[in-house]
Amino acid sequence: MSAALRRLFLASLRRRPLATALSLAAIALGVALGLAVQLIHDAALDEFGRGLRLLAGESDLQVLGPRGGFDDALYLALAARPEVAEASPLLEVQARLPGRDGSLRILGADIFRLPGVQPALLPVPAEGVGQFAALEAGRIFLSAAASAELGLAPGNVLAVQSGVVEHALTVSGGVPGAGAGQALGVMDIAAAQQLFDRPGLLTRIDLRLAPGVAREEARRSLAALLPPGVELLAPEAAAAQVAGLSRAYRVNLGMLAAIALLTGAFLVFSTQMLAVARRRQEFAFLRALGLERSGLKRGLLAEGAALGLLGGLGGVALGHGLAALAFRLVGGDLGAGFFEGLRPALRFEPLPALAYAALGVAAGVAGSWVPARDAAALVPARALRAADEAGLDARPRWVAAFSCALAAAVLSRLPALGGVPVAGYAAVACILAAAVLALPGVTAAVARVLARGRAVLWRLAHARLAAAPGQTVVAGAAVVASVALAAAMAIMVNSFRLSLDDWLARMLPADLYLQASSSAASGYLDEDTVAAVAALPGVAAVEPIRFEQIRLDGQRAPVTLLARTIRAEGDLPLVEGHIAVPPDDLPQAWISEAMVDLFGLATGDELAVPMAGRLQRFRVAGVWRDYARQHGAVAVDLAVYQALGGDHRANDLAIRLRPGADPAAVAQAAVAALGERTVRVATTGEVRARSLEIFDRSFLVTYLMEAAAVLIGLAGIATSFAALATARRREFGMLRHLGFTRGEIGRLLALEGALAAALGVAVGLAAGAAVAWVLVEVVNRQSFHWSMDMSVPAGGLALFAAVLVALAALAARLAGAHAMRRPAVLAVREDW
Amino acid sequence: MAARWIRRLAAVACAAFALLAGGTFADELPADYPPVLPGRAIEFPADTGAHPAFRTEWWYVTGWLADGEGIERGFQITFFRVRTRIGEGNPSRFAPRQLVLAHAAVADPKAGRLLHAERAARALPPLVGFETGRTHAWVGDWSIAWEGDHYLARAAGEDFAFDLRFDPTAAPMLNGEAGFSRKDADPRHASHYYSRPQLAARGTLRVDGQDREVSGRAWLDHEWSSELMPEGVRGWDWLGINLHDGGALMAFRMRDEQGEPRWAGGTLRAADGSQRSLAPQELRFTPLRRWRSSRTGADYAVTWRLELNPAGAAPRTLEIQPLMDDQELDSRRSTGAVYWEGAVRLLEGGREIGRGYLEMTGYAERLRM
Repeated sequence: MSAALRRLFLASLRRRPLATALSLAAIALGVALGLAVQLIHDAALDEFGRGLRLLAGESDLQVLGPRGGFDDALYLALAARPEVAEASPLLEVQARLPGRDGSLRILGADIFRLPGVQPALLPVPAEGVGQFAALEAGRIFLSAAASAELGLAPGNVLAVQSGVVEHALTVSGGVPGAGAGQALGVMDIAAAQQLFDRPGLLTRIDLRLAPGVAREEARRSLAALLPPGVELLAPEAAAAQVAGLSRAYRVNLGMLAAIALLTGAFLVFSTQMLAVARRRQEFAFLRALGLERSGLKRGLLAEGAALGLLGGLGGVALGHGLAALAFRLVGGDLGAGFFEGLRPALRFEPLPALAYAALGVAAGVAGSWVPARDAAALVPARALRAADEAGLDARPRWVAAFSCALAAAVLSRLPALGGVPVAGYAAVACILAAAVLALPGVTAAVARVLARGRAVLWRLAHARLAAAPGQTVVAGAAVVASVALAAAMAIMVNSFRLSLDDWLARMLPADLYLQASSSAASGYLDEDTVAAVAALPGVAAVEPIRFEQIRLDGQRAPVTLLARTIRAEGDLPLVEGHIAVPPDDLPQAWISEAMVDLFGLATGDELAVPMAGRLQRFRVAGVWRDYARQHGAVAVDLAVYQALGGDHRANDLAIRLRPGADPAAVAQAAVAALGERTVRVATTGEVRARSLEIFDRSFLVTYLMEAAAVLIGLAGIATSFAALATARRREFGMLRHLGFTRGEIGRLLALEGALAAALGVAVGLAAGAAVAWVLVEVVNRQSFHWSMDMSVPAGGLALFAAVLVALAALAARLAGAHAMRRPAVLAVREDW
Repeated sequence: MAARWIRRLAAVACAAFALLAGGTFADELPADYPPVLPGRAIEFPADTGAHPAFRTEWWYVTGWLADGEGIERGFQITFFRVRTRIGEGNPSRFAPRQLVLAHAAVADPKAGRLLHAERAARALPPLVGFETGRTHAWVGDWSIAWEGDHYLARAAGEDFAFDLRFDPTAAPMLNGEAGFSRKDADPRHASHYYSRPQLAARGTLRVDGQDREVSGRAWLDHEWSSELMPEGVRGWDWLGINLHDGGALMAFRMRDEQGEPRWAGGTLRAADGSQRSLAPQELRFTPLRRWRSSRTGADYAVTWRLELNPAGAAPRTLEIQPLMDDQELDSRRSTGAVYWEGAVRLLEGGREIGRGYLEMTGYAERLRM
């Protein structure tokens, strides 16, 4: 392309700054969101992987069991085996920190075994601390990240909680090998067992095999020594199990970014399409002057590519900024709670940055493709004369639309691929495509129906709709896509929120809930504590709730064992089966929906659950809905659990009050009895409110993307009408000659905008409902393994639709304003 | 990387050495470490086992071995037991109440330096531990044990391994006053100490990746104490020699910060089994030839003149000559200790009258690290 042509094409971008800016913004936003999500998760996963490697050290195999630990006699048996060169026992505890918010990961380690297996975890005593410090009870060694986060230096005291008791640990040095991103503490294993009241228990053993011993062989021979519920894993497998947990979440965020990018491409398409329509004469002239078809096409594609490149580069910069902001505000897991205790650092990654910039270019080129092809196809002689001829091909495409709908129906039946609902996402794409393809047909059909209006303005607007549906379609398609996505998300989130609220009501039937720490951390309630609470005035009954994390097999991530009072129907949010079932030979267990999906279990099956080092057989009596544990949960009655497992500790305590008792007074009494730094008491209402708040926060990113999509849709309408209005200056001039006032022409434009938007919104809402169904039934079920009851927020959607139509009318009116500013005579003369 | 983490272990294990040396915690003298008192009779075999109440204890075997080709090498294996007084009320099996550390080395003139390895762990039977009532201490597959009429010891490092049996050919030798061995003018600094000289050694030794049948003479020391090294002592020189005539000689001296002798002692056993203790003034070490380690910069006397002046007997002038100069054990990368511990010959009038081991500590830095 010659320099002159290059100037000609690229300069055209400058001639329509608003449209160019919007296209740029959309592409930049899509690129930025996608890149930010990837950067954040890469950094978090990187740090997470580093943490796992740090813990695994040079081990060849890891012995992992329930969170509560396994008998440390296993260590003696394994370390004595000839296959094992070095064995390092660990007791890992999430220590709750009284008076502080979070918890600290504390590793009780045998410092004599660390050098051979996990050298990076070796504690280094601070100056002046006795050299046996690393063996002494009452001491802890903090990694740099933990030191910084807790604001503690050697010599300071860290309070940790075990049960409802507070203990003081003196910070006695560091763990320099842990690196900058890992917040953890190391202490002596015996001291940790005693402090956290885990006598005789370990949570993991890392093994380095003797030279020449094959890993698989050792795995087989050592597995025979393991009690039920304890698994021997290769470090990579353990890492993969955990990384797998966050995969669905990451993919979902990535999909949202892809949608933003797609919207950007669409915006490029709509502005380019209209720009082409407007520049028909210019192109025809160029062709007449000897420009080849291919040259014209290349020129237009270059325009798109330039837009894409600029947007892409801007997006890359913005993406890094967004990621940095997210690290500062919500941490490395975007508020989803997958990577606690990690402090990932943002780095510039040239490869993803390049890839995302290229995606921007691709979006620009893709958006220009059809307009470029159309422009290249025009016949110079005709285009030179008939300046106004619609260049847009907007014939109804019912066949294509139905094909897409059919494809969506088929795709939504397919299973997930590697835990990711690929087919579900494809189904969503097909539904969107079907909606966009159906829009011309729907517009034509609606135009026929509307032909009966009487008012002049109405008939003019309708004539516009009927005569030139192509332009309306372009403006409308952006609306369709963005409304469909927004409506789908709204329906999904609404369904989810209502289902969650209902679920919380079922899971939290009591009046007050008392907790020593989150179930993963070191606080717990023993029988004395439970009895003390039960004896408080105003308390009618208490029901302990116990959470344990157990391993059902070596292939899948651990699941939660939930023990609570389960006696009557309604004690669990069942979706299948019953609570009160005729007695069987086996005790009953109820599994969460994730267990059905992940472990292929069903009501009536037998389930073996490791408890206290033995396998206990249960009968699956039903399936319940669980929004808290996507890796799966097994619920059993507390009395059965205590009888079989001998574990009488509790994590939470459900408190039922006597009639007339004041919840606040009872809560205060409980806190006074047990210590305000070590227990928390909340009313059921508070727990629900907090849960919903967390829910809303985790959908924050979604809301933001939704808003972006709608804004882009609206911007699409504005640019379309701005461009259309410019092209229709002659028509407006004619109308002025016929006696229309400027105000009337403005109203005409507003009406046209409203009509186009209304069609888009209507089709978008219909498509949105379909997408919502796929999101609820396919994407959520396959990603997170939970179901929900569909619930359409009709009022909200209606308001949303009305506002959108009104905004579109306003946008069209404003967009046309400057086209109407010219004197009518000039406008009519212009093109002759 | 490896060097760094090993240095970190040093912080731990060298603390154990500090306890072995005893000086570090002198100011917080623990009431419940039993004192070493004179007059306590040493019973065999009961006292060959561990004495866990005392702060430190070691079993230390050294000797010369010859293989089928007549090549001679030195070896040593030591098991230390340390009572930490940490976690004694903790029921955990991991409670670090007692630590077991072990050193092993082979002096191979062909290598020109010591081949050595270390182990350190908390006592955790059956993986790591010690027995009372009979000599038996072990860390993983390293062990020493009294089997009723002989000892067995085994150890393996990266570049050596041995599996040896020791048969006593002479009675145990009680050092000091019937096994009460003073280390200082202040009698609080003392140990219970006996030796088993003239052990007939045989077994297998692996060096250069090749197992060799070996045999020779060895010496076992067993010593336990709560407070060994007084403040102001920088190190010691120790000698244990199996005399060719069937007798034995043990001699040591404690040096102060200036390198001047501060205390000395020894035991001389004649061929007929009669023995006498040597008082501080009855023996004198004089350095002859020195050797400087290029690794640590430490300067060791590798040949010595040892003058014995037993009251009522003829004075003797002996000379100590090393199997090779470089028998420095540089474990700064693990336990942090640097000392010279090597096979030596004892000469009298130019004639070799015995063979054994010489240990020189505190030349690189004070043995408390």
